[in-house]
Amino acid sequence: MLTKRIIACLDVRDGRVVKGVQFVDIVDAGDPAELAHRHAAAGADEIVLLDITATHEARGTLLETVRRAAARLFVPFTVGGGVRTADDAAAVFNAGADKVSINSAAIARPELIGEIGANFGAQAVIVAIDARRGTKGVEDAEVYVSGGRKPTGLRVVEWAREAESRGAGEILLTSMDTDGMRDGFDCELTAAVSEAVQIPVIASGGAGSAEHFADVFGRGKADAALAASIFHFGVTSSRELKAQLTSAGVSVRLPC
Amino acid sequence: MIAVIDYKAGNLTSVVKALHYLVARDVVVTQSPDVVRIADKVVLPGVGHFQATQLLTDLGLTEAVRESIAKGSWFLGICVGLQWLFEGSTEAEGTNGLGAFAGMCEHFPALYEGAELKSPHVGWNSLEQIKPDSRLLRGVADGSFVYFTHSWRAPLVAATAAVTNYGGAFTAAVERGNVMGVQFHPEKSADVGLRVFRNFVEL
Repeated sequence: MLTKRIIACLDVRDGRVVKGVQFVDIVDAGDPAELAHRHAAAGADEIVLLDITATHEARGTLLETVRRAAARLFVPFTVGGGVRTADDAAAVFNAGADKVSINSAAIARPELIGEIGANFGAQAVIVAIDARRGTKGVEDAEVYVSGGRKPTGLRVVEWAREAESRGAGEILLTSMDTDGMRDGFDCELTAAVSEAVQIPVIASGGAGSAEHFADVFGRGKADAALAASIFHFGVTSSRELKAQLTSAGVSVRLPC
Repeated sequence: MIAVIDYKAGNLTSVVKALHYLVARDVVVTQSPDVVRIADKVVLPGVGHFQATQLLTDLGLTEAVRESIAKGSWFLGICVGLQWLFEGSTEAEGTNGLGAFAGMCEHFPALYEGAELKSPHVGWNSLEQIKPDSRLLRGVADGSFVYFTHSWRAPLVAATAAVTNYGGAFTAAVERGNVMGVQFHPEKSADVGLRVFRNFVEL
């Protein structure tokens, strides 16, 4: 049967993997290529590399980092950050990525989703949504851009639907409220998005334990879940996590 | 020489990278029917729309592949490349496949056993009922996980070498003599995928 995916995320700044709490308070976690290989060997089903400062500083994605990381990586590899045009996406694919993740640029010009898909297929386009709940909770959760710096006024569920209709292959939903807290995913928000679209939804933000993953795959109806800090600092590996998930009745890829 | 056919259907980088990793040389990315004719192995990757395969006929590659297979060269279709081995796909009515295997590729059903079925089918799923005499899947155990991403799927045929279940069973691998195809992505399927590629390059 189709398994739930565990995705290891590398947030990269200035060529190094970093990890923040609620998008700030950044600490160094190592070399991207080395960490990508380590995660794949430790059982991660996919690797995501996000150049978290690219949009903010208006510079291109670190193609050389992508090339190095992709060189011997034989699991799906997604790259995000600084992809603003179909040409930017092509450069990232040529460097070895299988999918691109677009966020701010898709909000600024939603046509970009279809333009990348036309050349590389819908499966290669992930629309990333950074979300923060409003006063009404899930209902008025709002989309943020520029690494969580700017509110857009867009409702999360509505934007997810539009991204799907424009040809997104997957949605990567990050809760800014839970990000880096290791206190669990925002299952309610994830379920709302997952029920609104047909395409797979990747939950992100708040992973701290196997129970959190089991919860977001169950109650949160996520197809995949992404985490960063719990892997980088050796709290757990994907393999340990998957053993615990199997015990909890979640179907995951094993052996890996 | 292994010819990897480029017909502008998605990204070839990962497939070429994996083949280079295994054989290091003799991998040629081409659009030339003449190169396909002299290759002893031909790989047809492809993600995206079935319509893209129309270019194979327009460039004379369909005929070249037909000749290449007839003279005994090994052929491996990946994803849309597997689907192209069938008669066609409801994704692009009027664009013919090679017709090496009978039947049309169809979209996953919206409902399966009373429940909504998401598509595309994205992620790691298992290979089942692997034929013991499959050369492509030699050493790959039933239940091994491989990576898929697709919305259309090929029907079950006599030459089906492995099935995968998602909204019912479909052909995950097909093999008859020198003609082979996989719906999953060996280049993205970690050790199991590299094993499949190694089996192919060592034929």
